[in-house]
Amino acid sequence: MERETVKLRIKFAKSGAMRFVGHLDVMRYFQKAIRRAEIDIAYSEGFSPHQLMSFAAPLGVGLESNGEYFDIAVQSHTTAEDMKERLNRVMVPGMEVLNITMLGAHAKNAMASVAAADYSVRFRQGYEPGFDWVGRSMEFYGKPSIMVTKKTKKSEQQLDLKPGIYSMSVKTDENGVPVLRLFVDASSSGNIKPSLVMEAFCREYGEELPEFALLITREDTYANAGTAENPRLVPLDAVGEPF
Amino acid sequence: MGENALRKQKLALRDEILLRVEKPARYIGNEVNAVVKDKEKVDVRMAMCFPDVYEIGMSHLGIQILYDMFNRFEDVWCERVYSPWLDLDRIMREEHIPLFGLESQEPVKDLDFLAITVQYEMCYTNILQVLDLSGIPLSAEERTWEHPVVIGGGPCTYNPEPIAEFFDLFYIGEGETRYRELLDVYKEARREGADRKEFLRRAAKVPGIYAPSFYRVEYKEDGTVRAMVPTEEGIPAVIRKEIEMEVSDTYYPKKPVVPFIKVTQDRVVLEIQRGCIRGCRFCQAGQLYRPVRERDVDMLKEYASDMLKNTGHEEISLSSLSSSDYSRLPELLDFLLGECSRKNINISLPSLRIDAFSLDVMGKVQDVKKSSLTFAPEAGSQRLRDVINKGLTESVILDGAAMAFEGGWTRVKLYFMLGLPTETEEDIRGIGDLCNKIAAVFFETVPKEKRVNGKVQIVASTSFFIPKPFTPFQWAPMCTKEEFLEKAYLTRSSIKEQLNQKSIKYNWHEADVSVLEGVLARGDRKISGVIRKAYEKGCLFDAWSEYFKNDLWLECFDECGVDIGFYTTRERGLDEVFPWDFLDCGVTKDFLAREWKKAMEETVSPNCRMQCQGCGAARFGGGVCFEERGDGYGA
Ligand code: SF4
Repeated sequence: MERETVKLRIKFAKSGAMRFVGHLDVMRYFQKAIRRAEIDIAYSEGFSPHQLMSFAAPLGVGLESNGEYFDIAVQSHTTAEDMKERLNRVMVPGMEVLNITMLGAHAKNAMASVAAADYSVRFRQGYEPGFDWVGRSMEFYGKPSIMVTKKTKKSEQQLDLKPGIYSMSVKTDENGVPVLRLFVDASSSGNIKPSLVMEAFCREYGEELPEFALLITREDTYANAGTAENPRLVPLDAVGEPF
Repeated sequence: MGENALRKQKLALRDEILLRVEKPARYIGNEVNAVVKDKEKVDVRMAMCFPDVYEIGMSHLGIQILYDMFNRFEDVWCERVYSPWLDLDRIMREEHIPLFGLESQEPVKDLDFLAITVQYEMCYTNILQVLDLSGIPLSAEERTWEHPVVIGGGPCTYNPEPIAEFFDLFYIGEGETRYRELLDVYKEARREGADRKEFLRRAAKVPGIYAPSFYRVEYKEDGTVRAMVPTEEGIPAVIRKEIEMEVSDTYYPKKPVVPFIKVTQDRVVLEIQRGCIRGCRFCQAGQLYRPVRERDVDMLKEYASDMLKNTGHEEISLSSLSSSDYSRLPELLDFLLGECSRKNINISLPSLRIDAFSLDVMGKVQDVKKSSLTFAPEAGSQRLRDVINKGLTESVILDGAAMAFEGGWTRVKLYFMLGLPTETEEDIRGIGDLCNKIAAVFFETVPKEKRVNGKVQIVASTSFFIPKPFTPFQWAPMCTKEEFLEKAYLTRSSIKEQLNQKSIKYNWHEADVSVLEGVLARGDRKISGVIRKAYEKGCLFDAWSEYFKNDLWLECFDECGVDIGFYTTRERGLDEVFPWDFLDCGVTKDFLAREWKKAMEETVSPNCRMQCQGCGAARFGGGVCFEERGDGYGA
């Protein structure tokens, strides 16, 4: 049976206590939220139909985000503003729908679209490294290669992070706390975890990064709106249209 | 903007701890429909506790009902608390982190009440864990106004004696009726500056409330109870259970809390009735919750819609001891089928009797190829089924199975009990026989070319019979572990002898834990020392077979000089005073004794709708006891 559906892309933020709700549970959370908000979502065929929903990049437990995404197919819709408000009325503290856009019929789904991500990295109080990490950060970023050992179950592999780091800078936030901004590859083939970069950074200056030292916020998730040779990275919702 | 405020959202546990433990979402609260109030604006703060892990506790309907009720009281803020899992338990002890309520993330110790629901005996050590981690003395005697009032409720509190030492109060019966009164007594006592003992004294006079410290137990020389004596004038000698007779006009949550992580009962639960008309003689719930009270079908429809809307759950389940006996079931199911197929919501139907009607409904709501049918004959022979008053006959089972196989089902689950009173080897062999006959029915009814995967799958499970208070079998001796195991082996070998044995799978429960459950179920105050010792030696999560430490428990019985056989295998005389006899659950001891004798005579008793047995529950003035009784019910 052919049904007319429209694909929407939903951008949301995750913070506070919600940092401890894992990816699969966030998916379940939104499935239920969509029912509570009475969004007219489309379902798959078959004996136990499920909602047509696709999430972008999973976010690790403990991380905050200001730029998470998922796509849904709906059978009918109102305005983006109205749907956003309806969803936000049924959110819990720490979850906020930021934006809803409409995707073209041939748009790649959220997961397949992910090309890069932008992170803010802070050191948790009491976990700051002993060396002048703010002062050294640009020196570190300037290195021609940043080699790390990636351990899998079977083997150890040498890996150069440098090509996957698109930019790195240090700023100070409104509380005067230094924040490292990392813009990195987040595609399925080359995903770079910010913690891996930070481990290499500390090791470069003779320190081991302790467990739980980092407070990480994913600021946004990006798609490539250009070509493979000529990439143009834009936030995932820049692909969609307002409605 | 809002982000910074949220970052400050208070959690009792540091990030480093939450990142280290399994499923941190168990401890953060913040769920959809969780109630957060301004603590400055309430008079009474309480924690409702289910002493097991979050996923189990969150699935319990009773807590959801009471949580909703308490929070509807403007002057009360009720939070939830569960047993921290072993990983967090260790960290909290190491770092001296007090147990906290999920909503406020503040210590339980600072609240006014800690209400603990006691649903099964094997959670007793977890009760002590919750008290201990909260920083509340285990013995009620040692508590002061520095500590919350610890109150217990739930089925196990119909024999509260083994855990009486650990509780200030017990609420006997259904929570909807007397809590308001109790909280008002509390508020008044605090306003007047009364001491704790005085508050407990006043509480003891509220109907349904049992305050153990105002009772003395006298024992006979043989160790049995002589009498339970109130220690003061005005303290009631007998406490009658509380019961909500207006089940269609009472508290029920329209907005139950929706957990983030997957819990056992991850669905809307609609309680359609309380009680059971059937009177199986081993079943405690069937006696405790008499009489049957049905909820109004219009109320149920309204609640079903609202609860689905407010939770966003994708499944709804009907809850009751025997849903097939709900008189408006067809109408309710009709409504749900319409409502749910429109919204892509699943319906789960536990505890339906297998007949043409239920098979028709189940065929609509489940994938018959994947789902299985459940029968609970409980005993292998008709003789023994008569003893336990289980009305299910072999022909009903076989006819039901034949209909089901024609409808496309190929999996059948069967539940039995081993160690029932009067059980013989022949009764046990009957289990294998029955399984074999069901398999034969499959091969007879389903022609070869229509057999999915070519086969039928029968799973027989046995549990061990544990006599419970307030049942006709409360006098029955229980088997030893060795006897239980012998019976399980016999069951297995009798199944192996069957022609169709390849189609039959057999599972049985552990025997150790059943024996212990038997002791705790019919125990007295002398058991509490053993429970405390077991906890101190590291017993915890005893309901989880992988964490149950039988050797440690046995050691504790030994060291406390408590004889297990006194509580399990000993034959009790009809004139024995039981530790729980001071409670009145509505059903009289006379009635139970009558049923016990009828069991020995292998005589069945008709159910409440066929013919009232005069059990005593009619005194509550409603429910099935006052229904028009047609002579043709069930025909
Ligand atoms: S009084 Fe009669 S009808 Fe009522 S619960 Fe007892 S046996 Fe059933």
